[in-house]
Formats: sequence, C-alpha cells, structure tokens
Amino acid sequence: MPVEVHDDHAGAVQLTIFGSALLAAALLAALYAAGAGVYGGRTGDRRWVESARRAVYAMAALLTSAVVIIEIAFLRDDFGFALVADHSSTTTPTFYKLTAMWSSQEGSLLLWAWVLSLASSGVLFITRNRHREIVPWATAVLAGIGAFFVGLMIFKAQPFGHLDPAPAEGAGLTPLLRNPYMAVHPPMLYSGYVFWSIPFAFCVGALIARRLDASWIRTTRNFALCAWTFLGIGLLLGSRWSYEELGWGGYWGWDPVENAALMPWLVGTAFLHSVMVQEKRGMLKVWNVSLICGTFSLCLLGTFLVRSGVLQSIHAFGASTVGGPLLALIAVVAIGSTVLIVSRLDQLRPERRIESLLSRESIFLVNNLLLVGLAAVIFWGTFFPLISEFFTGEKHSLAAPWFNRYVTPIGVLLVLFTGIGPLLAWGRLSPSAARRLLLGPGLVALATIVVLLAVSDAGHHPWALFVFAFAAFTLAALAGEFWRAAATRRSLTGESAPRALVEAVGRNRRRYGGYIVHAGIALTLIGIAASSSFQTNRDLRLQVGQTATVGDYTIRYDKLTSDPNPERLSFVSHLSVSRDGKSIGTLAPARNYYPSDDPTAGPIGRYFMGESTSEVGLRSRAGGDLWTAFQPDLSVLNPDIKRGNDQLANLPAAAQEFAILALVQHYVQNPPPATFRVIVNPLVGWIWIGALIALAGAVMAGWPALESRQRLEAAYRARLGRELGTATESS
Amino acid sequence: MEFVLALLVVVLVAWFVTAPLRNREPAQSDDDPAVAELADLEARKAAKYRQIRDAETDRAAGKLTEEDYRRLDHELRAEAIDILKRIDRLQQPRGE
Repeated sequence: MPVEVHDDHAGAVQLTIFGSALLAAALLAALYAAGAGVYGGRTGDRRWVESARRAVYAMAALLTSAVVIIEIAFLRDDFGFALVADHSSTTTPTFYKLTAMWSSQEGSLLLWAWVLSLASSGVLFITRNRHREIVPWATAVLAGIGAFFVGLMIFKAQPFGHLDPAPAEGAGLTPLLRNPYMAVHPPMLYSGYVFWSIPFAFCVGALIARRLDASWIRTTRNFALCAWTFLGIGLLLGSRWSYEELGWGGYWGWDPVENAALMPWLVGTAFLHSVMVQEKRGMLKVWNVSLICGTFSLCLLGTFLVRSGVLQSIHAFGASTVGGPLLALIAVVAIGSTVLIVSRLDQLRPERRIESLLSRESIFLVNNLLLVGLAAVIFWGTFFPLISEFFTGEKHSLAAPWFNRYVTPIGVLLVLFTGIGPLLAWGRLSPSAARRLLLGPGLVALATIVVLLAVSDAGHHPWALFVFAFAAFTLAALAGEFWRAAATRRSLTGESAPRALVEAVGRNRRRYGGYIVHAGIALTLIGIAASSSFQTNRDLRLQVGQTATVGDYTIRYDKLTSDPNPERLSFVSHLSVSRDGKSIGTLAPARNYYPSDDPTAGPIGRYFMGESTSEVGLRSRAGGDLWTAFQPDLSVLNPDIKRGNDQLANLPAAAQEFAILALVQHYVQNPPPATFRVIVNPLVGWIWIGALIALAGAVMAGWPALESRQRLEAAYRARLGRELGTATESS
Repeated sequence: MEFVLALLVVVLVAWFVTAPLRNREPAQSDDDPAVAELADLEARKAAKYRQIRDAETDRAAGKLTEEDYRRLDHELRAEAIDILKRIDRLQQPRGE
C-alpha cells in the first residue's frame, strides 16, 4: 500500500494524545468512584457517596468525549488514528464508518466501557435518594467494572494509537461486517451484557449491606428487562445476519460466540421469572442472587470468548492479550459472589414455602431449572474442546447434532411450561380450576397433533410435532388469559369488548406484556421447529438457461451480470422462479469480491482473490422462504489473470482497471456453470416475527407505569386507609 | 496545547467530583435518611398494591377459590397496612 503523509497529521497526533488523556482521566475517575463508594459505604458518610456518584458521571462524560473524537476521526478518514486506518477507508460508506469503531478489539472495548458508564450514571441518578445502604457498594462495583475495562484499553488495547506517517488510504472494514444487521448487532449485545451489570452490582450491594428484601430487585427490574431485550435483539440480528450474509442458509450454527451470548440470555430469562417469585412470595432468594451473579459471569465469559481466541469462531477478534485479564475478572466475580452469597445464607432464608405444585411459583421453578439446564448443556458443548484438550491433550468439537440431541427435548418442555405458567395463580390453584383452565388449551394442542398427522408428514418428526402442539397450547392459553381479562372487566364496567381488552391490558402492562413475550417466543419456536425439520435443501450446478426443481419451486438461471464499483466486484445471477407452472418472481443472488491486500495475488488477481461475501436472493412469505445463494466458478479466469499479472504489472492503475473490466465483461458474456444453494424454509420468517412480538411485549412490560400506579393508589388508598385507621386505633 | 487541555479537563473533573467533600453545610433535605427510606417504602407499597390487584384478577378469572383468595388477600393487605403505618410514622413531623 502506498504510504503518504497527511497534511493534518499533527492534528491527528494531538487528538490521539488528548484521547489517551481522556481515557486516563476516566480510569482515575472510575478508581476514585470505586474507592469513594467503599469508603462511603463503610463510614456512612453521604458526602463520599455523592462524590463517588459524581465520579461515575465524570467517567461517562470523559468516555463520551473519547467516543466522539474517534467517530469524528472515522468520518474524516483521519488515518493518523491507527484504529481508523485499520478498519475504514475512503470508500467505506458513511454509515459503516460510524459503526466501524466496534469492529475492532479496541473500539469494542471502548463501546463496552462507554455504555457501562452511561447505564451506571442512569441508575445512580435514579437511585440518588434511595437505597442508602446499597448504593455506595453498587457504585463501587459498577465503577470497579468500568475501571477494569478502561484499564484494559489503556494497557492492552489502546484505541488512540496513532500512525506515523499516516497512510493515504485505510484497510477498509471487513467485508462480512458491511451489513446493516452486523452494524447494530454488537452495540445491542454489549448493551445487553452491560445492563446485566446493573442488577448484579445492586445484588452485590444488597448482599454486602445485608438488605436482602426485594427492593434491589424492584429498582433494577427495568434494567434487567432492558438487558434481556438488548441481548435478545443482538441474538436476533446476529441470526438474521448469518441467514442473509454467510451463504450457508442457516441462522444458528452453535458457534462458540453465538452460544456465549445465548447462555446469559437463558440464565437472565430464568432470573426475570424467579425474581417475581421473590417479589410476590418472598421465596428463592438464594437462587435469585446466584442467578444474577451467574448471568453477569456469563456476560463476562462471552466478552472473553470473543477476545481471547481460545475457541475458533467466525465472530471472534482472534488471539489477543486481553484474554488473561478478562479471565481473572471472571474468576474474581465468580469466587467473590459465591463467598458473599455463602456468608449471607442466614439472611437469604425464604419467607414462605411452596404450598402447592399447582401454583405459579412452582411452575416458575421448573421453568428456571429447564432454562439453567439448557444453559448448562450449551456451556458443556461450547467448552468441550477445552475440556477434551485438558483431559486428552486433543481438542474435540461438538457439532450441531450433539447440541440438537440435548437442547431439543429441553426446549420442547420449555414451550409447554411457557403456556402453563400464565394459567396458574400465585399460592395455590384448586384442582377443579386447573382442570377447567387446562382443558381448552389441551384440546387445542390435541387438535393440532391430529390435524398435522393427517395433512403432513409431521409424524416423522416427533420433536417438531411436540413443539407445534405445545406452542398451540401456549397460544391458546394466552388467548384465554386475554379473553378472561377482557370479560372480567366488561362484566364490571359494561365496556365494549375491544375497549375492555385494551383497558384491562393497559392497567396491568407488566403481566400482559409478559404474556405477549411468551406468545412471541412460542411463534419463534414454531419457526425454528418447522424450518429445521421440514427444510428442503439442494445444491445445484446450473448453466445459463437451465432449470431445476426444488420442493414446489422451479428455478431458471436466466443470466449473469456484473456490478463493479470502487469497493468490490459483484457477480449477480438472475433467477426466475415459478410454482405450479406460474411465474412468481425473480431472485438475484450475488457474490461480492473485495480486493486483496496480498501483494502475491498480483495487480489483476487481487481483485478476484480477496475476501468474498454472499448476497442471498430471498423470497419471504408467511408460509416460508425461498432462499438462494450463488457461487460463480472463477477458475476459468485463472489463465487470463496470470497473463494479466505478468503483462500489466507495470501499467498505470487506470489501464489495469480497464483490463479488469474487460475480463469481467468477457466472463459475464460467456459464464461457465455456476453453483447454487437453494433452500425452501417453511415458516422460517416466524422466528423473527415472533422475536419482534416478544420485543414489543418486553417494551410494554417495562414501560414506565406512572399513570396506572396513580390509578392503583387511588383504588386501594381509601380501602386500606380504613383498615389502617382500625389497625392504628387497636394498636 | 493538548497537554494544557487535558490538564484543564482533569482540574474540571476534580472540581466537580470533590464538590460534595468541600461542602461542610448541614445535610440537604433530600439527603435525609428518612427521604430514602420513604422512597423505598413507596416502591414497596406500589408493589404490594399490584399484588392485591393480581389476586383480585386471579379470583375473577376463577383461578383462586373464594377461600384461597380471602386468605391471600388478608395476608397481602396486612403487609400493605404494615408498609402504610411505616410510611405514616416517617411522614409525621419530628418531635411529635
């Protein structure tokens, strides 16, 4: 790559020095906040606690400034910043320049620390006049985590490194990351990880301060819900990216990094359910503090896996020096929280016992065990290469069939309990009520099985059949819950049915938001079961003009075109699709080739031998997707490329570009047979539709409910006021 | 220049962060322990009201028998009254 010095290089050097100073100041602020928090917590001196809180605000302001400087450097193509030179270029589209920061190890650590500082400032502002015993310790924990990540940047992965002299052009963003899903996926995952640190920090604060009622849970509930939602969106975007960009046709490959994000989501889901049991019934206190400490440890483990290089993954940054410190932090968190929990066991005793198996708390407990069991299975499968290496000296990986064998039955049971839970009441459900409530959904599940056996080959896929039946059970149970809510309100107020439904749901958004999440999850699982069990998958080799049949679809390879631009070469295949003899549209799967930086590839060859990405041709309908990917055979160009490398090496760049365009044009006019992967994926779109519904439910459940709280107050104040008067008089 | 700017930032941060330590005035009203305790109790009260309402919903939906509902409701209301009494005590002017 030619090297030139930018005119404004001195400015870049000054800015990188200033940025490093901001990070150093942020580290000092975080360390001070941790120390002041501990001192304030030990002495009870509020001035130190207030000072610690201000230090966290300062850390947020300093890191925000650091992020702004880096983003401006990306937008200005300031290649004096090593980060910009390594992960952007003048031809990178503006949107991807803005998101390129977190495609690097250093930038993603900055993102982690920045989001943490903002979230910490938010929760400390909200609780500035509450939880006097807990907040100092929570401040210290949050600031300690912040100090760790800022320190990691300063000492191991400095985002403000500068290049001297600055190159005229950057290396550009990794082609696989030039996708809108991938641009948003990392901030969502990191936000998920970071937001889990809030309930974790308050849990540690509650344990240290011995304030182990449910108040820390109520205060951090919405942060936990945000964490769950962000992590869920991150997983959702990652799976969609895999489906559309990686060219293998799947959305989940049991990749270690994917698994690392799924595990805290599963344990966090268990936490969100079990804290309700503590809030309502005063039970599962040990379980709850263990779950949140486990969730946060798994978040750190996910961060470690992406950065350490210990396991092979398409999503990882590769081997680096930050793995050791991260492992040390995980050990500190895991051992420290275990010691803290064991030392507080006497204060974590339950206030009640489970009265009946037919109660919501008992079903929540079963659901918790299934979720944690699922996470444990995935943990074993993910780390099996390291476990096997430890015992045998050889790394053995476990592939998708192993995961499916153990995950599927647990997942099927989870679908069932997703439906049973909402039907039951806290405390105890009478057997007659249980029969009445379970009968309708049970009949729907039975009818689903009968119909599917009659009209499809679902009998050959028993696990999928169970998923459909249990998902139908869940959806029927939830529909029944909404119907009962509307009917009850209607009988009291005489409102119309739709208005009664809206009012009933609006007045208890937390409960019905949760039910919508359950419905979304059921739909997602229907999509997963259908697309994995009833998928038709064919690899074809077609010449232009040839047709092939896949499932109910007939596909014709019409023509090949090219789309060269400064960033990449694109070969686009044009397919016409018909079904039952009727044309239903066209698809245009493409393959993009990004220039290689390898000088041995030659001046012509580098345009064909760099990294390539797939743009799938997709026809999405509610009933399913027709998914196509295309792989042109460029081997026929090898003799021409070799000749071009030999003969055109000394010609100006414009002449080389002209030769490349001529070569591409020649290839497009006389294309050899190409390889296509065609997949008919029934109901696969419901994975993401269901996830979006679940997301809407989570937002609804977490939406601030000031007005409804006021209504609730008005409703109960008078009634309880009378009783309070009586109680006060008699006492 | 960048060093001067960095120094200025550090001084500003130090000034902002240590402001509460320089303040030797008596505690502000929102720094009263009672204010924090009251906020906690208000949150607990709202949560208890939600539980009472949930129990009513479950009874109306036929999930709780009348007997189970009465027992649960009595339990929850007793807890709510305890919270209200504590709030009342905190809200009474000091010295009474």
